Amino acid sequence: MSSVPEDLKYTKSHEWVRARPDGTVEIGITDHAQHALGDLVYVEVPDAGRVLVAGEACAVVESVKAASDVYAPLAGQVIVGNSKLAAEPETVNTDSYGEGWLMRLRPAPGALEAAALMSPADYRKVLDAEGG
Amino acid sequence: MAFIPHTEADVAAMLEAIGVKRIEDLFDEIPPQLRVRALAGVPEELNEMEIGRHMSERARADGIALSFLGAGAYEHHIPAAVWAITTRGEFYSAYTPYQAEASQGTLQLIYEFQTMIARLTGMSIANASLYDGASAMAEAALMAVRANRKSSSARILVPAAVHPHYRRVALAAASNQGLKFDELPYRAQDGGVDFSALARYDAEDITALIIQQPNFFGRLEEVDALTDWAHAHAALVIAVVNPTSLALLKPPGEWGARGADIAVGEGQPLGVPLSGGGPYLGFMSTRTEHVRQMPGRIVGRTLDTAGQQGFTLTLQAREQHIRRAKATSNICTNQGLLVTAATIYLSLMGPQGLERTAAAAHARCRELVAALTRLPGVRLAFAGPYFHEAVLQLDRAVAPVLKALSARGITGGLDLTPYYPELGHALLVCATETKSSADIDRYRSALGEALAGARAA
Repeated sequence: MSSVPEDLKYTKSHEWVRARPDGTVEIGITDHAQHALGDLVYVEVPDAGRVLVAGEACAVVESVKAASDVYAPLAGQVIVGNSKLAAEPETVNTDSYGEGWLMRLRPAPGALEAAALMSPADYRKVLDAEGG
Repeated sequence: MAFIPHTEADVAAMLEAIGVKRIEDLFDEIPPQLRVRALAGVPEELNEMEIGRHMSERARADGIALSFLGAGAYEHHIPAAVWAITTRGEFYSAYTPYQAEASQGTLQLIYEFQTMIARLTGMSIANASLYDGASAMAEAALMAVRANRKSSSARILVPAAVHPHYRRVALAAASNQGLKFDELPYRAQDGGVDFSALARYDAEDITALIIQQPNFFGRLEEVDALTDWAHAHAALVIAVVNPTSLALLKPPGEWGARGADIAVGEGQPLGVPLSGGGPYLGFMSTRTEHVRQMPGRIVGRTLDTAGQQGFTLTLQAREQHIRRAKATSNICTNQGLLVTAATIYLSLMGPQGLERTAAAAHARCRELVAALTRLPGVRLAFAGPYFHEAVLQLDRAVAPVLKALSARGITGGLDLTPYYPELGHALLVCATETKSSADIDRYRSALGEALAGARAA
């Protein structure tokens, strides 16, 4: 069973969102997603300053067997992409909810409230339905 | 197993099974007026013996001209071993094999090809080849748009002295994907990129600058200054190069302070005979930072579970069978057979052999230009250094002169009038190591006679 931390919000496309005390959010892919992809060999994160709309493809995670887009869970402006992943993409496999974060975002006004994010319990139901 | 897929009896059985009398009935929903019966102008079939004889008679009628035509495809001596080895059964395939890793020999050969192209161009990584030089340039333009994340204009600067066919192919391949190509004029006195035309782009968002070296006129561009200008304007540099010339000239990876970002070119001079319509091969190399935006196949060297060296297709996640619509390109094969020939050619020549070839071609072209410009009414169009091609200006229309030369068994070069009417009566000529002093003398006297004949008439 994949790990689904209680303090995060989730999307159907397997991204997680962490609200930070300063009003910004951290975004990554879930333990289930990293496991399904397998060993990551490359991660492309967005440049700082890029303005994202919710649902926009904003990062690429590439494993030996697949390359997948990561979709912005909410609208906002990128504060920073995790540059460490360029040299160490495997961090997403080993610590998907911690050091393997992909980007930090300043949400557009109201975007966090408007975003269709799931609770850990609801995300677990999605995983159960997928057989994961 | 026979290569005849089904006999008449098989066909009859299949038709009976589906309840159809004749194969024709399967197509009866196509209205009669849309159906082609006989093709006008296409003669009846010939058998193998007849077609063999017919084609050899045609070839005899054409003769074998003494050719001074270059313009993107170049006649070089091809050591006999190149095609003797290339056409061995083990190599004789046009494509990257399916179940590629089962064909370790082919993958090793492609890996060697990539290594040679990377070294020749001074870049860190090359792909397994593309269709030809023109499509390689178009792919490089598309790649630059993906790779240059500082630019959002998709605007590519293309000198007018880049091969006209390459520019047309790039337009056809890339303009519907939102790329804009801006033409940079050349200087009338020397045929190089006119730097004063760059000034208007100083404050603009440029994605990439294409630099062909030598350019279509055979002239050497100021690649260092152009590369540095592009990089100072956050544009990438796409080098379009002749592989033979790289044995003498500075490789794209060393242009300017930072080197070009993408190098492409036509690989035909490396052991592929001249042929109308090809097939030829394109090559492409780049810097490591851009590798995930590079189209095409890449072979990598690795170790298997027993620690032995093995070769494998790598970075396939960029390709369309995995990334679907978001793939870097829809090219997912390479010019396998031509790559084989080019790799064997480069192996046989070695760096010294290629350098001698390039130097000999350059010397022959200088000899040709010196000989022809001694004729009254013939002058060199552009000042400055050239490689193995040059533009001559005649005192009269080029087409009739080429026709007169052709009657004397000489292909005199390319009439530039349709491509560059502003150059007047311009003729692009080429000489490689295949031309002797006697050949050049023959051209000079034939041209002299053609010009004198035209003058008398």
